[in-house]
Amino acid sequence: MGTQSQVKMLETTFSSAKTALERAQAATEHLQELNSDVSGNFVEEGPDKLLDNDSEFFHRFTIVIGVQLPESTCLRLGSVLWSASVPFLVCKTYGLIGYMRLVVQEHTVIESHPDNALEDLRLDQPYAEFQNHIKSYDLDSMEKKDHSHTPWIIIVAKHLEKWLSEHNGQPPKNYKEKEAFRQLIREGIRKNENGVPEDEENFEEAIKNVNTALNPTKIPSAVEDLFNSEQCKNITAQSPCFWVMLRAVKEFVHNEGNGSLPVRGTIPDMIADSQKFINLQNVYREKAMQDAAAVSKHVESLLQSVGKPAESIPEKDIKLFCKNASFLRVVRCRSLAEEYSVDTVNKDEITSCMDSPDSEMVFYLMLRAVDRFYQQHSRYPGVYNYQVEEDISKLKACVNSLLQEYSLNVNIKDDYIHEFCRYGAAEPHTVSAFLGGSAAQEAIKIISHQFVPFNNTFIYNAMSQTSATLRL
Amino acid sequence: MAETDEPEKKRRRVVELTEKMLVDGDAGSTSDWDDRWNHIKKFLERSGPFMHPDFEPSTESLQFMLETCKILVIGAGGLGCELLKNLALSGFRNIHVVDMDNIDVSNLNRQFLFRAKDVGRPKADVAADFINSRVPGCCVIPYFKKIQDLDETFYRQFHIIVCGLDSIVARRWMNGMLLSLLVYEDGVLDPSSIIPLIDGGTEGFKGNARVILPGMTACIDCTLELYPPQINFPMCTIASMPRLPEHCIEYVRILQWPKEMPFGDDMALDGDDPEHIQWVYQKSLERAAEFSITGVTYRLTQGVVKRIIPAVASTNAAIAAACATEVFKIASSAYLPLNNYMVFNDVDGLYTYTFEAERKENCSACSQVPSDLHFSPSSKLQEVLDYLTESTSLQMKSPAITTTMDGKNKTLYLQSVASIEQRTRPNLTKTLKELGLADGQELAVADVTTPQTVLFKLCFTS
Repeated sequence: MGTQSQVKMLETTFSSAKTALERAQAATEHLQELNSDVSGNFVEEGPDKLLDNDSEFFHRFTIVIGVQLPESTCLRLGSVLWSASVPFLVCKTYGLIGYMRLVVQEHTVIESHPDNALEDLRLDQPYAEFQNHIKSYDLDSMEKKDHSHTPWIIIVAKHLEKWLSEHNGQPPKNYKEKEAFRQLIREGIRKNENGVPEDEENFEEAIKNVNTALNPTKIPSAVEDLFNSEQCKNITAQSPCFWVMLRAVKEFVHNEGNGSLPVRGTIPDMIADSQKFINLQNVYREKAMQDAAAVSKHVESLLQSVGKPAESIPEKDIKLFCKNASFLRVVRCRSLAEEYSVDTVNKDEITSCMDSPDSEMVFYLMLRAVDRFYQQHSRYPGVYNYQVEEDISKLKACVNSLLQEYSLNVNIKDDYIHEFCRYGAAEPHTVSAFLGGSAAQEAIKIISHQFVPFNNTFIYNAMSQTSATLRL
Repeated sequence: MAETDEPEKKRRRVVELTEKMLVDGDAGSTSDWDDRWNHIKKFLERSGPFMHPDFEPSTESLQFMLETCKILVIGAGGLGCELLKNLALSGFRNIHVVDMDNIDVSNLNRQFLFRAKDVGRPKADVAADFINSRVPGCCVIPYFKKIQDLDETFYRQFHIIVCGLDSIVARRWMNGMLLSLLVYEDGVLDPSSIIPLIDGGTEGFKGNARVILPGMTACIDCTLELYPPQINFPMCTIASMPRLPEHCIEYVRILQWPKEMPFGDDMALDGDDPEHIQWVYQKSLERAAEFSITGVTYRLTQGVVKRIIPAVASTNAAIAAACATEVFKIASSAYLPLNNYMVFNDVDGLYTYTFEAERKENCSACSQVPSDLHFSPSSKLQEVLDYLTESTSLQMKSPAITTTMDGKNKTLYLQSVASIEQRTRPNLTKTLKELGLADGQELAVADVTTPQTVLFKLCFTS
């Protein structure tokens, strides 16, 4: 919105709009056509005008996405949004390069939905209710059918008890010991009259899961870091719920939890008869409920201590928080001001990436150089065929002044300077489409606080179909 | 600020804008206004340091892309809609699209060429209509068919084929079809018989895009092990020891429905019929209650019955975009294409990984050499059948095995025709020796995963 649009934009969109106004209007209408639940409006003014006259206009949004903005507009807008704590997602397509920058001060994620989460089974530190439940099983005296349908968690727990009593309370630690432990379990498989081991799939499952089952229960370092952060240490009336709940969990860890997070309460599916499985599942579920209740008490007293009612944080939010305690994430991005200031530019990241001169970092530097070119010449390099050759040296001068200003001792190959003149600020549809899809998902992550957004610069190279995330 | 219009006003406004565009567009029959293809021309008419070594900038490439280049899109669903849009807006005008499905209401959140009024109509038809009416000059020809309904004459006409499929079986079939079009002269591959296949796949937040040059680079079957096996719950769990809500639903679907036939004797369970789903849902709740299992919901019931894998619009957008970029590169020769497999995942930040998938030496699809089957002469035919279906590198569905004996064609086992299945079923329990098969004998196997028969050589082990 707001850029001087030209007829050449037409073939890249479904819209026939020729002016910026018509484009904004058409975009709004097309969106409403795609999804009748969308309500939206368009504004006739460009962002620069709005920044001049009514910068508070931007405060009302959950997220602001800036597309193909000139550097000056982008920085101005970035500054307004940073002060107002409104997340800002910057997107740009330039030739075959896509660029995204996320600017958010502090973005908390409770439901990060990690791809490969470890189970929370507590086999290394069984809580009382779990120990009691294990006691209710006597593997040796069980009927065959029950024996073959006992959950592997029980089998591992029973054999672990045996091992600990024979090894001075020390669990299997190295490969040799774990092998011996697996063998111990294997010996637990029932044999028929001829001494041949029966087919007991649950025991095979137990053996297969020994490695992960023996993982010590540990608070992930990411969560420890959160415990040690300022926001967690200083709870005030302004503290967002996330930090109050986190502090409550920290209190739990130091008290009822005995150094561990609240029990998650879920177990994976495993070979077992329904009753045994459900009973075992309930032991975990009930413990999780107990732990969540203890955390709730801490939440209550924290809220009280800052003069807020206990109802400000609902029970179900606390339960969800506890269930996801191992997966909590906080994303903090540097501001654009920090990225662009000579004093705080991330020199280390830039120079170390540029040790490989073809790393995606080179495209970031070229985009900065191109912005510089635009500032100086009020146009982008190589837009018209006759400009391509002569703009190469002009663009090179911009590259050099950029590197000099930031004291960046890196080398940018001439090939890239030539390529960026060749691009002529083209915006091929497929590159924009890739970036658009990616940006949309990041925006959804910010709005929904689910899944983890990138931090903080994403570069897509359509020539090689590669990408990189840089922290600038 | 403009007011928000009601739906009908909005629709009329969109139509107005479109008509305005058609009227304003001059430059004769191609309706190309000035500067329409400027973005693309920069890559076709200018040279650059990263261009394909064989590329010569010229104005003819654009003409080729606009007028001559023929692209086939397989699938008009989540990926297909995005692909059609991307190709149309990138200058391709001769686009054909194949899809065997009709539009379902659940498609509307991402298959954006369709609207509520289109539900029930063939996807290919509606997609083509939409593109043709919105992108001046573009001509999309739809085929409301299965890919297997079209033959080599059809496929041979295309310069590039790009797939947005949701089935591995279909991919393998397409792969096999393009391999069958390859022409070898004195053992040397004729490059003009190669039709590049660009394949995109997505599942939730994960996706991949790959470029296959049949006969030259890794094919679908070369990397079959990359596809994770489908999860099916064991029957004993479903029948007698359910633990998860999914087990209860599968019990109703697989066992209870066929027994009770609630909507009539010949009425198969239709996942798109809300009454059917409601019935399954109620019965699943009862089953779950019996075992004190919580978690059965209407939505879960639908998901399990229809085998729904969650689809995310943005993943489809990104993967289809990457595929379309490859179509552009190959059609224009402007850049080296992706070599040859990109993986995408945006669960945690955005992650891509690009690598060169290698050809498998003894690939059953593209290696042209009959694979060896190692069995002892006392093995039963059933064992051979099991190997063909269970091996991770073959993963056949219902292979039909034939061979030549005494100069005549003999069917050893065929499942898909009831009378032949009955006749050949006794062969399964016979040994290879009993069936008269010799060491080194060639077996020809036909299966839905490939349009051509696959040749195997029996190697007897002692």
